[in-house]
Amino acid sequence: MTRSMEHWLRVPHTAFCPGCGHGILLGALVRAVDELAIERKNLLFVSGIGCAAWIPSPNIEVDTLHTVHGRAVAYATGAKLANPKLTVIVVSGDGDLSSIGGNHLIHGARRNIDMTVICANNQIYGMTGGQTASTTPVGACTATDPEGSQYRPFDLCALVNAAGAAYAARWPVSAPRRLIASLKTAIQTEGFSFVEAISPCPTQFGRRNRLDDVTALYDQMQSLCITRQEAETLSKQQRLERFVIGEFNDD
Amino acid sequence: MSTKSERLILMGNQAAAEGALKAGCSFYAGYPITPSSEIMEMLARRLPKQGGVFIQMEDELASLAAVIGAAWTGAKAMTATSGPGLSLMMEGLGYAAITETPCVIIDIQRAGPATGQATRVGSGDLLQARYGSHGDYCPIALSPWSVQEMYDLTIRAFNLSERFRVPAFVLAEEAVGHLRETVRLHDEIALVERNREVGPPPFGHDQQDGVPPMPAFGDGANLMVTGSTHDEWGYRKVESPEQHARLVERINRKVLDHEAEIAEVDAHFLDDAQVAVVTYGFCGRSALAAVKALRAQNLRVGMLRLKTIWPFPDQAVRALGKSVRHILVPEMNLGQLVGQVRERVRCEVTQLNQVNGEVIVPADIEARLREIIS
Repeated sequence: MTRSMEHWLRVPHTAFCPGCGHGILLGALVRAVDELAIERKNLLFVSGIGCAAWIPSPNIEVDTLHTVHGRAVAYATGAKLANPKLTVIVVSGDGDLSSIGGNHLIHGARRNIDMTVICANNQIYGMTGGQTASTTPVGACTATDPEGSQYRPFDLCALVNAAGAAYAARWPVSAPRRLIASLKTAIQTEGFSFVEAISPCPTQFGRRNRLDDVTALYDQMQSLCITRQEAETLSKQQRLERFVIGEFNDD
Repeated sequence: MSTKSERLILMGNQAAAEGALKAGCSFYAGYPITPSSEIMEMLARRLPKQGGVFIQMEDELASLAAVIGAAWTGAKAMTATSGPGLSLMMEGLGYAAITETPCVIIDIQRAGPATGQATRVGSGDLLQARYGSHGDYCPIALSPWSVQEMYDLTIRAFNLSERFRVPAFVLAEEAVGHLRETVRLHDEIALVERNREVGPPPFGHDQQDGVPPMPAFGDGANLMVTGSTHDEWGYRKVESPEQHARLVERINRKVLDHEAEIAEVDAHFLDDAQVAVVTYGFCGRSALAAVKALRAQNLRVGMLRLKTIWPFPDQAVRALGKSVRHILVPEMNLGQLVGQVRERVRCEVTQLNQVNGEVIVPADIEARLREIIS
């Protein structure tokens, strides 16, 4: 991170584990808002509960609303409607936004209220100790699925698109340039925009799935990334085992 | 039309909506539920016309969440619900308490538990409002007995909520929410406006009354609002015994220490009473009719009506316990408030409870008072 970005940060260090992707996402996020030259005073970050909810709070020095588990989009809806001048950005994890908060996520997309939702997807519950999420791949081992998860994960971009999102994109944190570009597009999009950042969790996901080495975990993530064109040759089931990356605005 | 006030015949729920508008409410988020929906429907028509925001959310979890989000932009914000919806709002209630967010919840109580009888009356949410969310907190809860008070106490709930930075309830029963009677809508009322000063810590402990200023999002305060234990600036302090104790004690004390300012009671025939009814909400109407019938026979009975449920009117009830020999507490539940009375008085306390989805009629209270007297 270039030191010029430090004026966005409130604290000198983050609480993230070594190898966690959330720090990269934090860096991408402050670069995106910096490049867009949004007035700091009108910027509001809203988050739920979990590691990803700590990306804005307390790290980013703007107004932050760190809420209860799952409800970030609902809190953000109230703030945006009551003060439309605010640029409202929700940052939270896959469990927070799509398990306990799934209903609020799809209703946010349906209403198409002008906000950006950024999902740091680490495919597991990090903060609570590595339990299964609604995004955990089939077969991946977790604290609550020691023999491997048996249920299909959500395709979050497809989910919000089906519910009416104006813009959706998915990138791994290992593609920071494209991630920053999509974050900027999302923030500038009028209506409900969604960016899913694939952000590996070495502590809870890696060590339970024979990917103890952080480099190996990132290599595996990148090897699973395919483009939309490549995905077209795969079955729906096969696509769920990969990360289809790119922008997904269907109309 | 009059200049000072306007007299109308309204339903209790409509009067509450009028009160909210008068108090300066500019944001409503809610989810439909019987028997409270008239509040929502009226605000859906009226709020947007005067520049406010109305939104129907996907559930009650989201409703109170949106209200709190709006409140932090500086808006006076509210929701309305009934028991089952209030159960879902418990997480938001705790969040509003620890983040010290002013907001108003109008709860039109119906017969529970669970779906119970959606169109029937009950007073079953008193303890849920006070203790339903985990941890220690003290909301403000007011109890109207008339359509007039649906209007007046809704305004007061907004004022107290802003004054103390706490969630405030109007805890009405279905019978008051759906009652139609004359109400006077005042032109001149005192409104409390939030102190939005930027500079002092927004969760500070130095204020004598325990209520720090509350800047809004967009005011340039770089606020850190969190439901986790936090210091005076909002930094999470999730492992500090001192910070947790300090925060939780202050958010309770700022309400409990101001019981004299918040708690209102309404006394009837108490000067020479030997037996008194302690009552609240719709039951107060039946109790007053019973007391008047007995007074007509020169029996020395009186009534203390609690217009405030939480914080519990400690001083008034303690004083009553010293002046009468027996207290009767009728309730449309199995005894949610009688324990509060018992722990404050030494005289005898009798309870009269009914949970059949109907109001307690004056004859039942009169009969029980006669038994006590004889």
